[in-house]
Amino acid sequence: MTSAYSVSVSALQQPETPPALHDRAMDNLRYIRETMERASAFTAVPGWGQVAIGLSAMVAAYLAAHQATRRAWLGVWLAEAIISLLIAGWLMDRKARKLGVPLFSGPGRKVAFSLSPPMVAGALLTVVLFRAGLVNAIPGMWLLLYGTGVITGGMFSVSIVPVMGICFVIAGALGLFLPLISGDWLMALAFGGLHIIFGTIIARRYGG
Amino acid sequence: MARQAALKREAHKAATDKEKLRGVHGGAPHSAHEIDRLIHERLRLGIISALAANESLTFNELKHLVKTTDGNLSVHARKLEDSGYVSCAKSFEGRTPRTEYRLTAAGRRALERYIDHMEALIGRMRNK
Repeated sequence: MTSAYSVSVSALQQPETPPALHDRAMDNLRYIRETMERASAFTAVPGWGQVAIGLSAMVAAYLAAHQATRRAWLGVWLAEAIISLLIAGWLMDRKARKLGVPLFSGPGRKVAFSLSPPMVAGALLTVVLFRAGLVNAIPGMWLLLYGTGVITGGMFSVSIVPVMGICFVIAGALGLFLPLISGDWLMALAFGGLHIIFGTIIARRYGG
Repeated sequence: MARQAALKREAHKAATDKEKLRGVHGGAPHSAHEIDRLIHERLRLGIISALAANESLTFNELKHLVKTTDGNLSVHARKLEDSGYVSCAKSFEGRTPRTEYRLTAAGRRALERYIDHMEALIGRMRNK
């Protein structure tokens, strides 16, 4: 009788309290992680890092404009693309390490997943346009697709980030339909200038 | 004899379960086995977590991140400030006042302790 009683008590007790505690603890941990992710999405790539990318684009534009062949010109811009990615990747990794969160959780993953599809599309179109001899259309196409990625990636961030993306798209469209300046000038002013301007605003307003 | 032993075990189990519950619902942060009430509250936990992911955040950024009202945020931020978990600096940007919050070393330790505690609770349930 007693043992039957003790069994029924434990059977009642087991599902009552421990799972509730367990669920609450899980829920609290989830809340901490989500809040930290949301908070760090504020500046996945720090503002002054964007300034650095903008400056490297200015240098690349100067070098690209002084190349004798189209192939060498393309080579300079491809090198610039890799340098920009390395700057962004390094800064995001540094920030993730400092905060003790894995790079490809939360904001890092959002940025990577929203930027990589338009960048792959841009790489493929670069080959197509280059082969077709439509080199003048390449910088506008780059800006258009880069802006698209920044808009979608920036949806989770502060509102200034998608605004920056819209500016890239407008610059790209102008480059394609109203080619008033050379492709290198367009890249220097848009990819370089917009990164420097918005990077400075983000660094000053959101710290870092 | 065996029954008595079983009963004793049950009684002991019930007592420890009660203890765990008490740990969650109340108590000071001094003991490693009790939960820090200061950051157990949802909004304060949110403030601490958001600050752990940033060097500093302004009042408005925090308000946006933890989705609360001005009054609520200032009450809870003040509580964290009073306990030394959060530091607060007031300045002017032109004519508009700007309040900036940072997590202190004590605040970061408190969050780490809290996370460890939650993980321990989950681990204990898994092992059963």
